[in-house]
Amino acid sequence: MTALEVVGSGPLALVQDGGRPGWSAIGVGRSGAADRASYRLANRLLANPEGAAAIEVLLGGFEAVARDGDLWVAVTGAPASLTVGSRAADPYAAVALRQGERLRLGTPSAGLRSYVAVRGGVDVPPVLGSRSRDVLAEIGPAPLAAGDRLPVGPTPTAYPHVDAVPATAYDDEVLLRVVRGPRDDWVADADALVSTTWHASANSDRVGMRLDGAAMSLADPRRQLPSEGACRGAIQVPPSGEPVVLLADHPVTGGYPVVGVVVDADVDRAAQVRPGQPLRLRWA
Amino acid sequence: MRVRPYGDRALIVDLDDAGSVVTWAEAVRAASLGGVADVVPAARTVLVVSEDGADVAALATSLRGIEPATAGPGAPTADADEIVVRVRYDGPDLAEVADLTGLGVRGVVAAHTGRPWRVGFGGFAPGFAYLVGGDPRLEVPRRPQARTTVPAGAVGLAGEYSGIYPRTSPGGWQLIGTTDAVLWDLERDPPALLRPGAVVRFVEEQSLEEG
Repeated sequence: MTALEVVGSGPLALVQDGGRPGWSAIGVGRSGAADRASYRLANRLLANPEGAAAIEVLLGGFEAVARDGDLWVAVTGAPASLTVGSRAADPYAAVALRQGERLRLGTPSAGLRSYVAVRGGVDVPPVLGSRSRDVLAEIGPAPLAAGDRLPVGPTPTAYPHVDAVPATAYDDEVLLRVVRGPRDDWVADADALVSTTWHASANSDRVGMRLDGAAMSLADPRRQLPSEGACRGAIQVPPSGEPVVLLADHPVTGGYPVVGVVVDADVDRAAQVRPGQPLRLRWA
Repeated sequence: MRVRPYGDRALIVDLDDAGSVVTWAEAVRAASLGGVADVVPAARTVLVVSEDGADVAALATSLRGIEPATAGPGAPTADADEIVVRVRYDGPDLAEVADLTGLGVRGVVAAHTGRPWRVGFGGFAPGFAYLVGGDPRLEVPRRPQARTTVPAGAVGLAGEYSGIYPRTSPGGWQLIGTTDAVLWDLERDPPALLRPGAVVRFVEEQSLEEG
């Protein structure tokens, strides 16, 4: 069976797929690729079936070698420079990786997370129907480390329709559309969400992007909200007043008021905002 | 019951109490509505998350049409699972809970074991269940400072809830006891011992010294 052997993981490399919906009632969230559009695009470049598992690489540095056969790979998301053996290769294209050759991702020039798909998909055992690593629930495949051997699934019968697609642009100006949340009256001024220039905190991860900026004031700091279900894109305001945009591995329920919810189509962009990068929100 | 949008892909349903949440979440699951990816019961709400491309407005209309049977947390359906959980009442906060409630240590144990609880919702960690419908005299606030480490199997109280930590984690609940019950096991189907709607009866396990 062909395999991808991990030589170096970079800061963090995780197996991800479309996630495990439907388990919230027992405390397990959907998880899955943080930037779903980039993940799906990587699979599409290789004609993989919907939901095939890929590798989500945080800030480059990932290296792997093809074992027991030739492979096709495609890298999307944060545009990392690629090296195959000693040759340069392009992201956003299907790339051949011969047996024994090494794929290496440089640090991306913009964005945060790159997706490395392999034709056939990463075929590690699923947990509750998904191969995604949920960093909060601590289920699914462990973070990748040098020496890990990732089996590759059977070659799909479908052939790719395109060799390459234009790379996604990650502009410095990040603007995310937001709709008013169910508890927008729990803060003194919900419009502060859209009038503040926020910065993604270094304390952000797959659970949530924490926003630094002018702290928001709760209307009544003593009031306690009973726990409520949460979903990807929800903007919670904890007592500190610094909003958190929930991402792929968010808690299933939480007790902080949700003041706004990022429009679903813009959550993938949120997952690509680098710590320290400015961003603005606007009402949809 | 009120259905409101929660972003552009989900709806949140406001309900009156924990019991309505259980029955309402069950009714939504039973209805098998198209386009529903997940149903997330919580304290007073049920969040309904739609699948990619689903018509959320149509889903809202369907949800407004659901009329679950009324049942409180003390009135579980006849076919609800009953799970017996053996507890050693040896938690580090037992004396404090005895003082806070005025029940004394034996009174806390009697109140905790005296009537069945029901799983309201999950969410803190895989397999963690917020149990509702217990003796209201056991309502105590969370600890002012969360512990950085609470051992797996610790049985706690907070607000109207009781719960059991499925694995070692930080936690701010008042710990009154310990159980050997396995709350979460991925080798088991389903992996969670306590699922919404299940009835939980706590039984005091005598320690060797007492036995």
